[in-house]
Amino acid sequence: MEKPQRLVFGETLVELGAENDRIVVLDADVSSSTQTLHFAAKYPERFFNFGVAEANMVSAAAGFAATGYIPFVSTFAFLLSMRAGDPVRAHVAYPRLNVKLAGGYAGLSDFADGASHQSVEDLAVMRAIPHMTVVVPSDITETRMAVRAVAEHEGPVFLRLSRAEVTEDYGPDHPFEIGRGIVLRDGSDVTIVGTGPMVQMAMRAADALAEDGIAARVVDMHTLKPLDDDLVARCAGETGAIVTVEEHNIYGGLGSAVCESVCASRPVPVLRCGIPDRFGESGALSEILARAGLSVEHVCELAHRAVAAKN
Amino acid sequence: MLDAQQLSLKSARYRRSILRLIKRAGAGHTSGDLSCVDILNVLYNRVLNVAPETFADPDRDRFIQSKGHSVEALYVVLADRGFFPESELETVCRFGSHFVGHPTRKVPGIEQNTGALGHGLPMSVGAALAGKMDARPFRVFTLLGDGELAEGSNWEASLTAAHYGLDNLVVIVDRNFLQITGPTEDVCALEPLEAKFRDFGYCVRTCDGHDVAALVQALESVPFREGRPSLLLARTIKGKGVSFMENDPSWHHGVPDEEQYAAAMRELDAAVAEREAEVAADD
Repeated sequence: MEKPQRLVFGETLVELGAENDRIVVLDADVSSSTQTLHFAAKYPERFFNFGVAEANMVSAAAGFAATGYIPFVSTFAFLLSMRAGDPVRAHVAYPRLNVKLAGGYAGLSDFADGASHQSVEDLAVMRAIPHMTVVVPSDITETRMAVRAVAEHEGPVFLRLSRAEVTEDYGPDHPFEIGRGIVLRDGSDVTIVGTGPMVQMAMRAADALAEDGIAARVVDMHTLKPLDDDLVARCAGETGAIVTVEEHNIYGGLGSAVCESVCASRPVPVLRCGIPDRFGESGALSEILARAGLSVEHVCELAHRAVAAKN
Repeated sequence: MLDAQQLSLKSARYRRSILRLIKRAGAGHTSGDLSCVDILNVLYNRVLNVAPETFADPDRDRFIQSKGHSVEALYVVLADRGFFPESELETVCRFGSHFVGHPTRKVPGIEQNTGALGHGLPMSVGAALAGKMDARPFRVFTLLGDGELAEGSNWEASLTAAHYGLDNLVVIVDRNFLQITGPTEDVCALEPLEAKFRDFGYCVRTCDGHDVAALVQALESVPFREGRPSLLLARTIKGKGVSFMENDPSWHHGVPDEEQYAAAMRELDAAVAEREAEVAADD
């Protein structure tokens, strides 16, 4: 089964709306894109379309949270992290208010609109803001679990979502818990740490590497902050090399977080697969991902190099 | 210089090119393009002191399209004005093409990367201030959508424009009363808009944004007043020219299927034929 990740988000919001009448949803004229329109249709009295006014919307969300509501704020990831970056920092994170920031169309997934609407910097921005929790779910099951966990979590969270279709890889017993990475596949030669929809690419790379005689462990690192340092250190110790895969600039996202972590615990070679410090472009998603180096082949190449660098 | 009839013919042809481009690209902001194309037509064919051969001239007029999502209309007009070959329009939104889904300076004729809304006016204010400092004769024109007026940056920039008396700044608002999620007055009410802009220090005029003669008359008489920024409220219809796209928010980024495309082209072909007959009768 495949489903746009944004639709899984929109459907889960509707479920949450029935369970908790303190949940309100704020959107900035993109509810048909982010799929909050389903919540709007079901609970119009708890849905607020602010128009094209992201900073205004985030500050208002802080007001909702300070008054006891649980606002889910929804727009494109680049707008939430940068256009509304100041209110996110000053009004949501600093007072540690219970605001849920859902950044849609993240990475290169807004493939037709091009660089102006793609988001390659949001994880770096959000990770650098004190008090912020950063969650990037991968498949359908995990996205549903993540939206629920984010709603239950007390405090500000950035939830990164893709426009793209995601598959259903995990079952209902998937052990999702904010702050705890998940080992999806064991291996002893190298660990591939993925986040978001790139976890699927990490799994495919592990399959390909097995044919080359390399046993790759795969980790779904759905929470970038707080990072699961214990798991990273364990993987570093047990496999001796790490490759990270993310649909984000190589600066400031998952790769950076893992490097920071292993440097402090168990230094091993870490090679980062991500967007090589440039803006996106228009084209088919597979084409623009591949040009950015996000391909199974490139992950495998980096894994080979990481293994070779061990000694 | 093109007269009103010739400009009307151009608009009709542009509309056809826009639809063709969007159909080929499989993406685009159809109804917003159709809403602002008459404005772009009058700007590039009558008003702006800019051409491919003068694009590097420091005295050229600047145009910054804040509503970057209507880039298809801009591409079509720039191609017609010779900034690049028409054949390049075939690469819009294709992998590897500079003609991406929103304006970038990699495309000849485009002054600023836009797409995120609410930035065209503040950037234009900066360019107008620079022009004043250098005592250059150029004007700065910017085209705003009405939905993006919810961004506070527009109102901050308006304060600055009035504060510095930027009479080399011309703000055009494509007032089509619709944004992606519905009517502007339902989403985040803007009216009384003319009064708001006047209170912010603009000299304001209103015209029919599809009447090329009215647009020429307004835009050729800038600044509307010495020492004040000019603002033209161009009242338009989103989707103008294709009956079933007009005033329907779903066409914001709708791409016509085969049947819709054929129906739209029949209407647009008829409009072109009508305008051609008018121009021929006048010759």
